[in-house]
Amino acid sequence: MSDHKTMTLTLIVWRQKNASDPGKFETYTAKNITDHHSFLEMLDCVNEDLILEGKEPIVFDHDCREGICGMCSQVINGAPHGGQERTTVCQLHMRKFKDGDTIYIEPWRARAFPIVKDLVVDRTALDTIIQAGGYTSCHTGGVADGNAILIPKPVADEAMDAAECVGCGACVAGCPNGAAMLFTGAKVSQLSLLPQGKGEAAARVKAMTAAMTECGFGNCTNHYECQAACPKGINVKFIARMNRDFLKAQFA
Amino acid sequence: MQLSSSSIGRKILMAVTGQVMILFALVHLIGNTTIFGWLHGGINAYAEHLHALPPLVWAFRLFMLAAVSIHIWFGIQLTIENSGGRPQQYAVKSTQKATFASENMIWSGLLILAFIVYHLLHFTMKLIPGMVLTTDPEGTVNVFTMVVSSFQNVFVCAIYAGGMVALFLHLTHGIQSSSQTLGCSNNRTLPVIIKAGTLVALAFLVGYLTIPLSIFAGFLKG
Repeated sequence: MSDHKTMTLTLIVWRQKNASDPGKFETYTAKNITDHHSFLEMLDCVNEDLILEGKEPIVFDHDCREGICGMCSQVINGAPHGGQERTTVCQLHMRKFKDGDTIYIEPWRARAFPIVKDLVVDRTALDTIIQAGGYTSCHTGGVADGNAILIPKPVADEAMDAAECVGCGACVAGCPNGAAMLFTGAKVSQLSLLPQGKGEAAARVKAMTAAMTECGFGNCTNHYECQAACPKGINVKFIARMNRDFLKAQFA
Repeated sequence: MQLSSSSIGRKILMAVTGQVMILFALVHLIGNTTIFGWLHGGINAYAEHLHALPPLVWAFRLFMLAAVSIHIWFGIQLTIENSGGRPQQYAVKSTQKATFASENMIWSGLLILAFIVYHLLHFTMKLIPGMVLTTDPEGTVNVFTMVVSSFQNVFVCAIYAGGMVALFLHLTHGIQSSSQTLGCSNNRTLPVIIKAGTLVALAFLVGYLTIPLSIFAGFLKG
């Protein structure tokens, strides 16, 4: 690694002790960062320096660091996950930045996501939406039974496209209204597309969209910022599909 | 859950009432172009036939009033709710897909409302000063003279131009948004609907502005 040229960056990071603290931006310097550092590894380096100086490290959410778990949640220079197409923060690499860059790092900001500490927000509201109907209550049987119902490939593919959602909440963070329509649309669609999920489709879409409002999420105004922010590229067609399911449910 | 209390339900009500108004704007535009004389008897004959059955006129006016009221009521309600959706803004503002039109629907909408009020005071109630009102022996107002005399004033033209620009902005977002809300779009059709919506909005802008501009430029004389 020694022959790699390194870069020095200025970080302007949101620091907030707890939910009741007003919070403020603090400026830090990230030194000896290479192209190969992921964004989270860069923050690890900064935190090591902070710990050595006896200061409180920056608290941020992370888990798999493989781009599949949906834990990381940072708004970088105004864009959830840093604005690189279909990329989570952990898969965003420092080669996207230049030596001397100033980077703003903020938590997801939405009414339904209270800040826990620094860059960590409470995303329980997304679980509440799932609990309202994001499941099927029929017996799906054993492994062999899963293949007993034939599902056309295009339908299975579309359900899988919706199921790609990792529930990170970037759609909410990117939405000027703090709406959770892309998340809920994906979750409603992945079930209502498949035979096992059709039985409860009407009750599900009503319950999940009602939970969405009760949790404090805003209303969709079709800006499509959510799709741009989504690290899994979930398409807003799933919002249209949910709207269709919702309309149908009124007559069910 | 009732339509009027749910998030998607209220959006559906806004989409349907919005599309009713778009249909009205289309028919209204076609009717207005009779001023160029393609209909026998011109705009005077059109206006006379339009108002020939007062009960029908009033039923239609009440229907439009209901659509406009629902649209405005939920538009304001949803905007107020959404303004609190992100209590603290980001230090760096960066939008990828949102447009000037999509972010300012409430303002373009309120401008259109102000324009409609002016327009009704102007040509329906005939309360705006500065236009020539002549009546034929049966007491019917000469609409052609009224319109032409009005648009010879640059300020009146400017107000109409402003109203139509607001309508254009509102529709560039509104047409595609209403189609998405009603679930009529998918990943293949949405980009086409966005383009088509912008074209329709542009057609309204050009179509409606042709009338005051051709009068102001002197192509249509009283």
